[in-house]
Amino acid sequence: MFAYILRRLLLAIPVLLILVVVTFALMYAAPGSPFASERAVPAAVIANIERAYGLDRPFIVQIGSYIWNVVVHFDFGPSFQYRDQDVNDLIEQGFPVTLTYGFWSFVVAVIVGGALGIAAAIRHNTWLDYLAVGVSIGAQVLPNFVLAPILVLVFTLWLGWLPGGGWQGGQIEYVILPVIALSTSFMASIARIARASMLEVMTSNFIRTARAKGLPGRTIVFRHALKPALLPVLSYLGPAFVGMITGSVVIDLYFSTGGIGQFFVASALNRDYGVMMGITVLLGALTILFNLVVDILYAWIDPKIRY
Amino acid sequence: MTRTFLLTASSALALAVSAGHLAAQEVHPETGETLAENQSFSYRLLDQFPTIDPQLIEETAGGHVARQVFEGLLTQNSDGTLRPGVATDWSSDDNQTWTFTLRDDARWSNGDPVTAHDFVYAWQRAADPATASEYAWYVELTQMVNAGAIIAGEMDPSELGVRAIDDHTLEVSLDAPLPYFPQMTVHYTLMPAHQATIEEFGADWTDPENIVANGAYILDEIAVNEYFHLSRNPEYWGADDVIIDEVTGYVINDANQALSRFQAGEFDMMDDLPAGSYPDLEAENPDVAHAVPRLCSYYYTINQSGSGHEALSDPRVRTALSYAVRRDVVTDQILQAGQAPAYSFTHWATADFELPTIAYSELTQDERNEQAAALLAEAGYGPDNPLELNLIYNTSDNHRQIAIALSQMWAPLGVEITLNNYEWQSYLDIRGNQQFDLARSGWCADYNEASTFLDLLTSNNANNDGKYVNEDYDALLAEAARADDPQPLYTQAEEILAQDMAIIPIYHYTQNFVLDETIHNWPFNNAENNWYVRDIYRVASE
Amino acid sequence: MAMFATGTAAETLAQSAPMGPPRSLWADARARFFRNRAAVASLIVLGLVAAFALFGPLVARHSIETIDWAILGNVDEAGGPCFLSGPDNEIPPCSDSGHYFGTDAQARDLFARTVQGTQISLMVGVVGALIAVVVGTLYGAISGYFGGRLDNVMMRIVDILMSIPYMFVLILLLVVFGRSILMLFVGIGLISWLDMARIARGQTLSLREKEFVEAAIATGVHPFRIILRHIVPNLLGVVIVYATLLVPSMIIYESFISFLGLGVQEPLTSWGALINEGADQMRQGLWMLLVPLFFFVVSLFSFFFLGDGLRDALDPKDR
Repeated sequence: MFAYILRRLLLAIPVLLILVVVTFALMYAAPGSPFASERAVPAAVIANIERAYGLDRPFIVQIGSYIWNVVVHFDFGPSFQYRDQDVNDLIEQGFPVTLTYGFWSFVVAVIVGGALGIAAAIRHNTWLDYLAVGVSIGAQVLPNFVLAPILVLVFTLWLGWLPGGGWQGGQIEYVILPVIALSTSFMASIARIARASMLEVMTSNFIRTARAKGLPGRTIVFRHALKPALLPVLSYLGPAFVGMITGSVVIDLYFSTGGIGQFFVASALNRDYGVMMGITVLLGALTILFNLVVDILYAWIDPKIRY
Repeated sequence: MTRTFLLTASSALALAVSAGHLAAQEVHPETGETLAENQSFSYRLLDQFPTIDPQLIEETAGGHVARQVFEGLLTQNSDGTLRPGVATDWSSDDNQTWTFTLRDDARWSNGDPVTAHDFVYAWQRAADPATASEYAWYVELTQMVNAGAIIAGEMDPSELGVRAIDDHTLEVSLDAPLPYFPQMTVHYTLMPAHQATIEEFGADWTDPENIVANGAYILDEIAVNEYFHLSRNPEYWGADDVIIDEVTGYVINDANQALSRFQAGEFDMMDDLPAGSYPDLEAENPDVAHAVPRLCSYYYTINQSGSGHEALSDPRVRTALSYAVRRDVVTDQILQAGQAPAYSFTHWATADFELPTIAYSELTQDERNEQAAALLAEAGYGPDNPLELNLIYNTSDNHRQIAIALSQMWAPLGVEITLNNYEWQSYLDIRGNQQFDLARSGWCADYNEASTFLDLLTSNNANNDGKYVNEDYDALLAEAARADDPQPLYTQAEEILAQDMAIIPIYHYTQNFVLDETIHNWPFNNAENNWYVRDIYRVASE
Repeated sequence: MAMFATGTAAETLAQSAPMGPPRSLWADARARFFRNRAAVASLIVLGLVAAFALFGPLVARHSIETIDWAILGNVDEAGGPCFLSGPDNEIPPCSDSGHYFGTDAQARDLFARTVQGTQISLMVGVVGALIAVVVGTLYGAISGYFGGRLDNVMMRIVDILMSIPYMFVLILLLVVFGRSILMLFVGIGLISWLDMARIARGQTLSLREKEFVEAAIATGVHPFRIILRHIVPNLLGVVIVYATLLVPSMIIYESFISFLGLGVQEPLTSWGALINEGADQMRQGLWMLLVPLFFFVVSLFSFFFLGDGLRDALDPKDR
C-alpha cells in the first residue's frame, strides 16, 4: 500500500512537469500580450515591461527559472495583470474561499444526493422513485449558469432573504447561494448513482438471505446494504471534485466570491502568464492528489481491492 | 498667461458654515438638504483593478479609486473645468515652461507634508524603465523634456523636465508649447507618490497596512475580485468639507447579476449596464437611470493598407459602406441610451469643438442607400459581384449586436460580411497587425480637446490601425498644434475625414449608469467621467 | 453541470462481464429494451428532436441572420412567439411575421436559430462521442489484447492525461488557436476517450481468454485482424451504452464553453449559446431562455433515459 502511494506520488512529478511545459509553450504560441491595450504602447515601454518580467530571456531560461522558483522557493512569481499582488498572494486569498464553498457543496451533494438515491431505491417503482429520478435528471441537465441568476432573482431581488453575492469572510448568508448553485448537479448525479447501486445491492443474494432470515427492513438497509451501495458513489467523488473546481468558474463570476475559479478563464484571456501557470500547477496537483485519496479510501472500504 | 484661482464658491461657503466635522443628521452647509445619518457610498466595479499605484494604473477602475485616494496638482469641477488640487496657482508665459504653486497645508496620510519633491519623484518614477509602467507613454505625451530618452533607457530619470524650486513650487519644462498641459496633470499617472513608503515596502506599498496617500480617502481593506473599502483620511487638507465617510466597491463581473443586486439595494451606483437594459430602467425610474455625454467615439476602422481587401483603398467603396450604415437604428433601436449618431470622429461634446456640417448627414437614409449602391457599382461591386469582407470585433454584447446589424445593413448592397469575434488580447493583436478588413473600434479622450481624437488618424500615429494616409490632413494637425486657435483647423480636418471616409463613424458615447436617488451632487456634466466622492453626499430619504 | 456522470457508468461497465454469444444477446436485449417504456419514449423524443433539426429549415420563414427591423429595439414587447399575438400586446400575428418562437434579442427569428442551434449541438454531441468511442475502443482493445509492458505504458499514459485539468487546457486551446468547431472537437476529443479506453481494456482482458480468440490465435490470424474482427464486435454492447451517456456530456461541455464566450462564431449558434443569451434576457423576455432550454433539457433527459434503458437491456446482470 505504502509503495503504491509512493509510486503514485512519484508519477505526479512527470505529469506536473509535462503540464508546466505544455502550458508554457501554449502561452508562447498565443497571439496577444499581457501588456497590450487599446492604445498602442511605444516599443520602448513594452521593452521595459518585458525586461522587468524577464520575458526578454530565451524560452528555456524562462521555463527553467520558473520551475526552479516554484520547486525551491515555492514562489509562483508575479501576476502580469494584478500588479499589486503576486501569484502566491492571489492563491492564498482565493483558494480558501473556493475550498470553503467547494467543501460545503460536496457535503450537501453527498448527503442529500445519497439520501435521495437510497430513498428512491427502497421505494422502487413508486411515485417517490419516479419523482426522484425526474428531479435528479432535471437538476443534472440544468446548467448552473442558468440556475445562478435565477437564485439571485428569487432570493435576493424578490424575497430579499440573502445577499446576491460577495463573500465577507465566509459568513453563512453569503455561502448559501453559491453552495446551492454548485452542488445541485452533483447532488443529482450522486442520487442517480446511489439509486442504481442500491437497487443492485437490494437484489443480491446476501440481502435476500437477510430478508429470508426475517430481519427488519431498516436493519437490512442500514446494516447491510448501505456500505456496498455507496462504493460507486465513492468512485464518483474524484471526478465530482474536479467538476466542482471547474464549476467554480461560474460561481465566482456570478456571486463575486473572490475564489480562484474565475482565474481559469480570466488569466487565459488577459494573458496573465503568472496566474495561468500557478493555476495550472495547483489544479494539476489537486487533481492527482484527490484521485489518489479516493483510491486509498476505496481500498480501505472495500477489502477485496489490493494495490 | 497667468491664471489665479479663488477658492470655488462652494468650498468658501462650506468653510464659512462648518468649522468642524459634519455631525450626523446635519444639513448640507450649502444647500440646506437634510443629510442621511449613514454617509456611505458604494458602487459596482466590472473587474478587479490590477493596481492603485498611480504610476502603474492603466485602466479606468483603478483610475476611479486613485481619484479618491490620491490628489494630483489639479482636479476637476463637476463640469470638467480645472480646480485646484494640491496646487493652488499655475501659470506659464509661453505655454512651454509651467510653474505650479502648491498649498502648504497638504499632508500625506502619515502626517508628512506633500511637497513639490513628491511630484518630481512620482513623475520620474513613471518614466523610469525600472518601474516598467505601461503608462510611461503618458509622460511622453505631456512633452516633458527628455521623457522619451528616459523611457528608452538612454538617460537617467533625474533628467526629466520637472524640478522642485522649493517645497511649494514645481517647475515643468516642455519640449514644445502645450496650452492644455494643466488639464493633463489631472490624470492619475501624474499624481504624487510617497518615496519613503515605496522604498520601504516595494511592490507591497499599496497594501492597506502600508499605503500612504494624500487624497480624501485611504484604502483600508481589499479582497481581490470581491470588494475594497475606503475610509476618511483625516490628514486630508479639505477633510472638513468631505461628507461621505466610507466608500465600498464591489467587483461583479456579470452585468445582469449586478443589476439585480443594485435593485435589491446592495449598492448605490453601477455603470456598464447590461446591453439593452437602459430604456426599461429609464422608464421604470428616470431619477435613477442616467445618460450623460461621454467623450468617446465608436467607429469602424477600414483597413486601407495592402493587407486589407483591395477595394477598401477606393474611397467610393468606403463611402458606400459608410452611407449604408443606418446610424439611427444603432442608436435608437440597439443602444437606446441617448447616444448621438456620429458623422465626425471628434465627439460633439468636446470642449470648444465646432462640429462641421458633414454633407451626408443631411441626406435622408434612402438617398444615402441609393448613392451607396451607385458608388459601389461604379467601383465594380454589387449583388452580382459581391464584396466579401472580414469584420472583427472583441467580445461584448454591444459590439456583437452592432456588428450583426451592420452586416445586415450592408447585405442588400451585395457586401458579404464574415463576422469574427476575438477576445480582447487576440483582437488587439489582429487589429494592430492589419489582419482584417473592417474592425470595430472605439476611442476615448485622454484630455478634453479635439486633437485627442484627430491625432489618431495622422499617418505616423501608432494607433492608426487602418493605415489611413493623407498629407493634407497631417499638415493641418501639425499646424493646429502650433495655432493660437486650432478650432477652425480641427473643423477642416473633420471635413477631410468625411471626404475620404477614412473611418466609418457610428456614434458618440453616453455614459449610462444607475445612481441611488439619495446620492446628490453627482458630476453629471463631467464628460470624462471623472468623479470625486468627496463632492457627493447622501440626503436623508423622506 | 454533471460532465462526469459517465465516468461512473463506465466503472460499472468495466466491471461487468463481456457479452455472451451475439445473436441471442441482441434479440434478448431488443426485447428487454422495448419493454422499458421510458427508454422507448426517449427514443421517440430524440427522433422528434432530430426531425426538428433536419426539417426545421423547411418550416422556418426566415434565415438565421435576417434582422426584423420593425421589431429590433422593441423585442420585449413585440418579439414574443407569434402564437401569443393578441390585442393586448404588440406581437405581430403569425401570418405576418412567422416568428413561431419569437425573436432573439437582436430581432432575428428564434425558430430558425433554434433549428440551427439544435443541429450544431447534436453534431457536437454525436461527433464528439464518436471520436471518443472510436479512439477509446481501439486504444483500450490494443492495450488489453497485447497486455504486458505495452499495456502498462499505455495505461500510465491514460492516467497521466486524466490528471490534467482539461477544462482549463481546453480554454487555453480555444484562446490560443482561436474559436472554431474543429478546435472544440479536438479539445473535447482529447479527453473524452480516456474512460472509454479503460472500459474497453477491462473487457478485452477477459475476452482474450475466450475460446474463439484462442482459436483465432492458433490459426495464425494477424493480431490487428483479431482485434478488429473478434474483440471490437464483442465490445459493441458496452460501447453503445457508454456512447449514449457521452453524447449529453458533450452537449453540456459545449454549453459551458459557449457560456464562457468561446463557442461557435456568429451568426451560427448552439443550444449553449442560445441559453446563455436567453439567461441574460431573462427579465426582458422569458421565451428567449425557455425555448432553447426546453430543447436542451428534453433532449438530455431523453439521452439519459435512453442510456439507462440500453444499459438495462444490454447488461447481463439483469434485474
